[in-house]
Amino acid sequence: MTVAELPTRVWVPVCAYAVLLPERGVCALVDGRQVALFRTHNGHVHAIGNLDPFTGAHVLSRGIVGSRGEEPTVASPMHKQVFSLVTGQCLDDPSVAVPTYPTRVNDGRVEVGL
Amino acid sequence: MNRVVVAGYGPAAHRLVETLLSRGFDGSVTIFGEESLPAYDRVALTSYLTDTDFADLRLPDLPGVVTRLSARVTGIDRAAKVVTTAEGHAEPYDTLVLATGSAPFVPPVPGASHAFVYRTIDDLELIRAAASHATRGVVVGGGLLGLEAADALRGLGLETHIVELSPWLMPRQVDEGGGAVLKGHISRLGLSVHAGVSLASIEPDRVVLSDGRTIDASVVVFSAGIKPRDELARDCGLEVGERGGVAVDEGMRTSDPSIYAVGECALVGGMVYGLVGPCFTQAEVAADRMLGGASRFDGADLSTKLKLLGVEVAQFGAMEGALDVTYMDPVGGVYKRLFVSDDAQTLLGGICVGDAGPYTTLKPFVGKPLPAAPSDLLFTGSAVSLDLPDDAQVCSCNNVTAGHLRTAICDGVTDVPGLKACTRAGTTCGSCVPLMKQLLEKSGVELSKALCEHFDHSRAELFDIVRVREITTFSELIGLYGRGRGCDICKPAVASILASLHNGHVLDGERAALQDTNDHFLANIQKNGTYSVVPRIPGGEITPEKLIVVGEVARDFGLYTKITGGQRIDLFGARVEQLPQIWKRLVDAGFESGHAYGKALRTVKSCVGSTWCRYGVQDSVGLAIALELRYRGLRSPHKLKSAVSGCARECAEARSKDFGIIATEKGWNLYVGGNGGFKPRHADLLISDVSTEELITVIDRFLMFYIRTADRLQRTAAWVESLEGGLDYLRAVIVDDSLGICDSLDAQMERHVATYVDEWRTTIEDPDKLSRFVSFVNAPGTPDPSIVFETERDQIKPVLIPLERLSSSLAT
Repeated sequence: MTVAELPTRVWVPVCAYAVLLPERGVCALVDGRQVALFRTHNGHVHAIGNLDPFTGAHVLSRGIVGSRGEEPTVASPMHKQVFSLVTGQCLDDPSVAVPTYPTRVNDGRVEVGL
Repeated sequence: MNRVVVAGYGPAAHRLVETLLSRGFDGSVTIFGEESLPAYDRVALTSYLTDTDFADLRLPDLPGVVTRLSARVTGIDRAAKVVTTAEGHAEPYDTLVLATGSAPFVPPVPGASHAFVYRTIDDLELIRAAASHATRGVVVGGGLLGLEAADALRGLGLETHIVELSPWLMPRQVDEGGGAVLKGHISRLGLSVHAGVSLASIEPDRVVLSDGRTIDASVVVFSAGIKPRDELARDCGLEVGERGGVAVDEGMRTSDPSIYAVGECALVGGMVYGLVGPCFTQAEVAADRMLGGASRFDGADLSTKLKLLGVEVAQFGAMEGALDVTYMDPVGGVYKRLFVSDDAQTLLGGICVGDAGPYTTLKPFVGKPLPAAPSDLLFTGSAVSLDLPDDAQVCSCNNVTAGHLRTAICDGVTDVPGLKACTRAGTTCGSCVPLMKQLLEKSGVELSKALCEHFDHSRAELFDIVRVREITTFSELIGLYGRGRGCDICKPAVASILASLHNGHVLDGERAALQDTNDHFLANIQKNGTYSVVPRIPGGEITPEKLIVVGEVARDFGLYTKITGGQRIDLFGARVEQLPQIWKRLVDAGFESGHAYGKALRTVKSCVGSTWCRYGVQDSVGLAIALELRYRGLRSPHKLKSAVSGCARECAEARSKDFGIIATEKGWNLYVGGNGGFKPRHADLLISDVSTEELITVIDRFLMFYIRTADRLQRTAAWVESLEGGLDYLRAVIVDDSLGICDSLDAQMERHVATYVDEWRTTIEDPDKLSRFVSFVNAPGTPDPSIVFETERDQIKPVLIPLERLSSSLAT
């Protein structure tokens, strides 16, 4: 295992929790990376990469949030492929996934773990 | 004892072996194909040059079958029961099938060796190579195959000429009147038709016609008929026809009981069949006989329906009769003729050019009593829905009757893909799919209308629920009538319903989360994640001052600028944080949202009208502006486009719109249900010579009735076609108030007009809404660094990172 070699996780605060609209995304620039943040209807915050792997545009934060079965999802605003907010897996094409990032709410601020 | 060898690997050979396998044949099968490619669909050959690759044309693999490609059978030793190939390979057989197909007929004219033929993918590749350094091409033969070849040449960018010996095109399918209409269509596409002449000779860069004329062309394609490939049969002493073809009996067996022949090489009942349907039937008959069955091939229906060069042509049954009824519209390019028996009771056949509707509905009635008066059948065309007798053939490619399909439906098949899988109907040319749908509907099969996995209702049902229950939020609706948290299908659909019924701002409260990104940022997303901006320019009329403002805004923000088809100006390349700044300038100058981003009214185009034009009879610009201002912001199941023309010359192209108005001396004609796009459709005349006031009332009702009852993303064209009773029903509802709902429709439109506000003006006045227009929530002033432009023709153009680089960077 290489766990010991990994650097300690850094939590980067990005915005106030109250800024996030339920079932809508925003994009944050975290250490040079574009991270799409979503607040689902039950109050959870999910973070995935903002890059739409199908078109090369940084737009996933602007997709429609919803669910497929029990899985919270976002649909790319470009060609509507649906991604799991939990795993980053594209549910319409098993060979494609986007990165995911851990999130937490600390004192009313949303933080993304790197 | 059960070794089957097939000489030839085209569609007929494929069908024969497929039938053997599906019926549990337990011997060995070896196929020899002369081409280097496995069997493929020749019917779709033309598409190979444009938008299809070989994988799409290829027929399914045949499991457990030995396939030898680039291996032409050159000899048959009937005594030893062995075939030999050009390479000297010898293969013993117990049963041999000849499926060698046909060769294009090349007339013996001087220079014919310079010409191409049109049959295989290799032929197409040769033509494509030759066309790459040519400007003009000639197709010899104006029949079905000739026109396909002409379409291919045109697709390759050649100026195309068609030479046909008969006095008109497609003499096997249409009569003289149909030929004239067909020629009109083809000439309008820019192809030249030379009928009634033959080819005298081919010289290196020109062809000489029999009447002495010449055409300068370096690519010449022969497509003037086929001749059966019967040389193998001749060489081994099998019986062949006087004019070619391997003679077979009704079981497809040749004069040697161990040898069958199927497809275009076979002569059966004195005929060689060149259409795919009969060839498939022959293959199935032969396979059945080889398995001990007793099927017979007793001739075939030679009806044809096809779309060549964008023109529908169809012929069914007989091409003559004691009586006939003809409908001809030379302007619209439609010709329809039905042949009936002398007592006018029995349908004998028909010919259609420009509209093949009667083919689909009437072909099953050939030889049967007419289902309605001939004139009604011709005029109402495909709108009539008729009860098919069980023995009526629905799919002639695969010989499937209405009875077969009804049996499958009774056995539990509930959709078209299911019917295709179990009956093969609709799997070859597809022209019978509408009839299959009709049979399903008439059998009482409920096609699921569920919007998506979250709602079991159709859009129209949800609309009624929201209206009657006075629901105002998505959460309430999905909580009461749905499940889960919605998706990119139901959320925008419900947002549109809520907007149609309640107006209000699309970004208010919970509704903001329902909108597609275009509605969310009130702009149109483009491929690099930037947006385009379209201010409303009602009727296309604009003052120089406002035009200058648009130019200044585009210049100051560095936006790519283009005139749209709807008489507006589209400004591209804006980042989200620029949108409010751009709109502040536009709103200050008096512009409003153009709703180019919404499923809503887009534009009402107009010609200049009677104010300036010496032909104009009404003020088309004035009406277009009035209509655009009345319906601006109206959310609907799909986008809405309109146009007003000031006279019958129709410069505004109103008949290609959802609702189009054309001025008359006495008032206005209203046309509905037109569109351009993927499947163009001309709008139909709903009312004529009405006053402006009457016109607006009927448009109000048309739009509201559409908004209430259409499916999600159903344009008015498809909606009008889906209405049972069609245009007459629509007229009854919204003109004669047959349902008694006109008051309610009128009130709903009045409410829309009274509550409209410009959503961009209210957005820039609302700090809360404005705060969402940032690229990065934690760096509001930072533009998105991934958005990069280069310059092309003095304007910006997006630069995209190649996707290969993206995936490799994602992998690391």
